[in-house]
Amino acid sequence: MSLLSKKNMVFLKDPLMDNNPISTQVLGICSALAVTVQLQTAIVMSIAVISVISISNVLISLIRNKVPSNIRIIIELAIIASLVILVDQVLKAFLYDISKQLSVFVGLIITNCIVLGRAEAFALQNKPWPSFLDGVGNGLGYSMILIVVAFGRELLGSGTLFGFQVIPDAAYTAGYQNMGLMVLAPGAFILLGLIIWVQRTITGTVAD
Amino acid sequence: MENLISLFVESVFVNNILLAYFLGMCSFLAVSKRVDTAIGLGLAVIFVEVITVPVNWAIYHYLLAPGALAWAGLPDVDLSFLGFISYIAVIAALVQLVEMIIDRYSPALYSALGIFLPLIAVNCAILGASLFMVEREYTFTESAVFGLGSGVGFALAIAAMAAIREKLRYSHIPDGLRGLGITMLITGLMAMAFMSFSGISL
Repeated sequence: MSLLSKKNMVFLKDPLMDNNPISTQVLGICSALAVTVQLQTAIVMSIAVISVISISNVLISLIRNKVPSNIRIIIELAIIASLVILVDQVLKAFLYDISKQLSVFVGLIITNCIVLGRAEAFALQNKPWPSFLDGVGNGLGYSMILIVVAFGRELLGSGTLFGFQVIPDAAYTAGYQNMGLMVLAPGAFILLGLIIWVQRTITGTVAD
Repeated sequence: MENLISLFVESVFVNNILLAYFLGMCSFLAVSKRVDTAIGLGLAVIFVEVITVPVNWAIYHYLLAPGALAWAGLPDVDLSFLGFISYIAVIAALVQLVEMIIDRYSPALYSALGIFLPLIAVNCAILGASLFMVEREYTFTESAVFGLGSGVGFALAIAAMAAIREKLRYSHIPDGLRGLGITMLITGLMAMAFMSFSGISL
C-alpha cells in the first residue's frame, strides 16, 4: 500500500470540507476566534496547531497499545503539553513579537479540543501514518477557517492584509470607514457564524 | 478593597472570559442546550476556577518564576518554561480531587454536576484564567478574585445562552444556519451587549 493511496488521502481531505473540525465537528473554536484579528497571527497559530496536532497524533498512535485506558487522558495531556511547550519556546526564540501578540493562546493549544479530540477519536485506533495524515488534515481544516476569518476581519476591520494597506486612501477620503466592530469580539462571532452558514449550505449539513 | 471589587466587576462583565476572550467556547456550545445543565456546568466552573487560579499562583511564584526557588538555595533557576505542563497537571489533579470530595460529602451536588466535573479539566476557560493570572502579574488576593470573577462571567454567559436557545427551538431558521451557525450569531449579539458594560469603572 502506497503512502498516499486513495484511502489515505481521504484522511487528509475529509476534514477540509465535509468534516471540518471547526464548522462541522465544533471543536477548537476558542483559539480560532481570538487570534484572527490579523492574518499574520492567524497563520503563525495555524502552523503551531498543525505541528502540535500531527506530532501528537503520531506519538499517541505509537503508544496506543501500551497505555492502559484509564490513565490515557493524563498521558495524552502530558504529551500535548510538552509539544506545546516546545512550540512556545520556538516562537519566543524566533518570532518574539508575534508570540507576544498570541499571548496566552499558544498555551491554550493544550486545551484546544481538536488536539485531544483527534487523539481520542482517531490516533487511539489507527496506525501512525494515517494518524499523521489525519492530524495534518484536521490542522489544515482548522487553518482554513482561521485564515478566512482573519482575512475578513483584517480587511474589514483595519483595511489591511498582512499589515499592508489594501483599501486605497481615495476610498477613505470618499467617506469609507473601517468597521471597528470587526476588530472586537462580536465581529469574530458573527463572521464565523456566517462562514459556517455558507459552508454548511455548500456541504448540505443540517443540524437537528 | 476597591480595586478588588472593580477587578471582579471587570472580569464578570467587561472582560468576560467567554465573550471577550473566546475561552471555553467548546463546552459553551456543547452544553448550552438546556438551562439546568448549563447552570450546573457554570457552578462547577466557578468552583474549580476559585481553587485553581490561586493554587497555580502559588506554584508559579514559589516554584517556577525566575528566582522563585531562592528559598531552596537556587536563586538562579528559572523554571517558567514548565508553566503549561504544571498548570494543566494541577487543574487535572484538582478536578479529580474536587470530584472525590464532593462525592464523599455532598452526593446531591455530585449527581447534579454529573459528567461536567471531569470535562472541566479540558475547559480552556480554566487554563486560560491561570495563564492570564501569570501574564497580568496579579497578587494572591487578586488572583482569587479574578478566578471567581471569570467563573461567574462564564456561568452568566452560558446560562443566558441556554435560555435563548430553549426559546430558539420554536423558530424557523434556514437549514445551513441551524445549530452552530445561529448560535455563533447570537453569541456575537451577546458579546455586543456585554461590551456596553465597558464604560464601567469603580
